[in-house]
Amino acid sequence: MSKTAAHEITAGFMPLFDSAVLVAAGEMGFAAREGIELKLHRETSWANIRDRIAIGHFDVAHMLGPMPLACSLGLTPLASETIVPFSLGLGGNCVTVSNVVWQGMAAHGAAPDLDPARAGTALGALIRERAAAGREPLRFAVVHPHSGHNYELRYWLAACSIDPDRDVEIVIVPPPFMADALSAGRIDGYCVGEPWNSAAVAAGTGRIVTVKALLWRNSPEKVIGARRSWAEENPDALAALLRALHHSARWCQDPVNRGALAALMAKPAFLGQPEAIQMPALTGRLQLGGGPERSVEAFFLPFDKAANFPWKSHALWFYTQMVRWGQLPHTPQNLAIARDCYRPDLYRSALKPLGVALPGANAKVEGALKTATPVGSAGASLVLGPDGFFDGQIFDPDRIDAYIAAQNRD
Amino acid sequence: MSAGSLTILVIDENRIRASIIEAGLRDAGHRHVTVVHDVAGIAKRIAEIEPDVIVIDLENPNRDMLENMFQLSRAVKRPIAMFVDRSDRASIEAAVEAGVSAYVVDGLKKERIKPILDMTISRFNAFSRMARELEEARSELENRKVVDRAKGILMKSRGLSEEAAYALLRKTAMNQNRKIADIAQSLVTAAGLLGPLEGE
Repeated sequence: MSKTAAHEITAGFMPLFDSAVLVAAGEMGFAAREGIELKLHRETSWANIRDRIAIGHFDVAHMLGPMPLACSLGLTPLASETIVPFSLGLGGNCVTVSNVVWQGMAAHGAAPDLDPARAGTALGALIRERAAAGREPLRFAVVHPHSGHNYELRYWLAACSIDPDRDVEIVIVPPPFMADALSAGRIDGYCVGEPWNSAAVAAGTGRIVTVKALLWRNSPEKVIGARRSWAEENPDALAALLRALHHSARWCQDPVNRGALAALMAKPAFLGQPEAIQMPALTGRLQLGGGPERSVEAFFLPFDKAANFPWKSHALWFYTQMVRWGQLPHTPQNLAIARDCYRPDLYRSALKPLGVALPGANAKVEGALKTATPVGSAGASLVLGPDGFFDGQIFDPDRIDAYIAAQNRD
Repeated sequence: MSAGSLTILVIDENRIRASIIEAGLRDAGHRHVTVVHDVAGIAKRIAEIEPDVIVIDLENPNRDMLENMFQLSRAVKRPIAMFVDRSDRASIEAAVEAGVSAYVVDGLKKERIKPILDMTISRFNAFSRMARELEEARSELENRKVVDRAKGILMKSRGLSEEAAYALLRKTAMNQNRKIADIAQSLVTAAGLLGPLEGE
C-alpha cells in the first residue's frame, strides 16, 4: 500500500475504547480503500497528543471533544489552531464511586438504577452529612480539565445542588489508573470512558452510579482534531480520511462486528485490554457492581444518530461550560473562535459523494428532542435524538448569553 | 544571580536517564536539583521544594495530572507555564522531538532557562542514542545466538559442516529475500515444534 497510497496521514490516539473508529479505519482496510496510508501512533497523555499536533508530528488525532477548542482558544500551554471535521461517537462514559461511597449513597436513597437525579440527590445528602461531621470533602477524578468528563460530572453535581469546586475536590487521573486510585482510596469516585468503569466493577472495588448516556442523551465525546494548517493544505487527504472514518464507524456500529472489533482493540498496540471487558461499551449491558445489571439504550454510539456529525451546538455547549467553570471569559472573540472550531461544512462536503444521510443544519437546540425523531436531511432519511439533559434544561446555541447567565454562580 | 540559585525538579521514571540529567545540571553549576522517579505524593514534594523549573519526560502517563497540578494546585505558589517562551518554537519542537517537556514558574527570564532546556534536550537525545545502540548490540548478539543454534540443527540433522550449514542458511535467506537471522529463527522454531532435535 505504501508505494501506491495517494495520501499518507499520521494520526495520534490514546488507548481508549472510543479510539475504535480511528483504529479500525487503519486496521480494517477502510483507509487503504480511500488511498490513504494511515500511520497510527499510540500516545501516553493528552498533553502529548496536543503537543505533537501543534508541532506537526501528527496531522490528526483522537481528541477529547473540548480539546480542539481549548487549543484554538489559547487555553493550553502549546496553543495551535485545531479544527474538528468529524466526531468519533456519542456517549460511552460512566460515573463510578467506591463501595464505601455507594453504601453512603444507598443509605440516602440511591438505587442501582443509574438514574442521575436519584443518584445525585443521594450523593448530595451524603456530602452534607459528611460536611456536618467535619469530614474531608469527597475527591472525584476526571481525565483532563478540558474534557467531556469534567463538564458532565460538574453539570450533574451542580444540577443536584452540589458545588463542584466547594463541596467536592476534582483532580486529574489518567484513565488506566482510575480503578487503582479508587481501590487505594486516593479518590472516592470518577468519571471516565469504558472500559475503566467496568474494570473497577470487575475488581469489586467500584459501583457505577450513572452514565453519560442518561446525563445528556446522545451527547458528544471524542472527536478527530486536525491541525488547521494541515487541513487547509491537504483538503483531498482530509476528505478521503473522513470517508474512510465514515465507513469504519458504520462497521464499528454493526453488532455483527462486535467480536472482531473487540479482538482488534484487545491487541497490545491499541487498547490492550481483554475482549470481555470491552463488551459493556459495545452492548450497553453494564454490570453495576455487587450484582445488578442494567441495559442502557444508546450507551455508546460510534455511528448511529448522526454520531459523526460535528455539531456546532456541541462545541458551543463545551464553550459555555469552560466559561461556567472559570476556564475562560465569555467574549465575542472567544465565542467566534469556538463557533469556527467544529466544521460540519468539511464533513458534509467530504461525504456528499457517498449519498448518505446528512443533517441539513450546522447546529441544533440540545435537549429539544424528547424522542427519536426523523429529520430533514440531504439524501437518505436520518433519525436524531432523543438528546435531552437529565434535568430537562435546553441549550439553544442562538441564546448563549442567556444560558451562560443562568448558569453563573456569582 | 549565579546559575546555582535556580531550584530544579526532574521527574523521570527512568532512573538512569534522570541521573544523567541531574549530573548535567550539577556540571552546569546548579546546586538545587531534586530527582523524583515516582509521582505518588508529588504535590507535597513540590510544596516543599518550590521549584523554579520542572523537567518531565513525555513518556510519563501522569503528564496530564502534573500539568493540571502546576496550573491549579495550591501546592504551587506561582503559576507554572510550559516551556521557556511560547514564541520560541524551535526550542519547543526540539524538546518534543527529544521526548522531554519543561515547565517554568511565571516571570522567569528566558535567558536563564534556555541553557537548562538545551542541556536537557541534548542529554535526552544522547540517552536515546545510547539506548538505541544498546538495543542494536543486544539484538545483534541475539541474532548471532539463533544463527548458531540453527547451524547446529542443520549440522546434526543433515550431517553438514558448520561452513556448509551457514551457506545453506544464507542461500535460503537470499532466495526468500529475508534476513539470515529470520530464517534461522524459523528453523529453530520449526525444530522445536517437530521434536527434540537439539539439546538432548
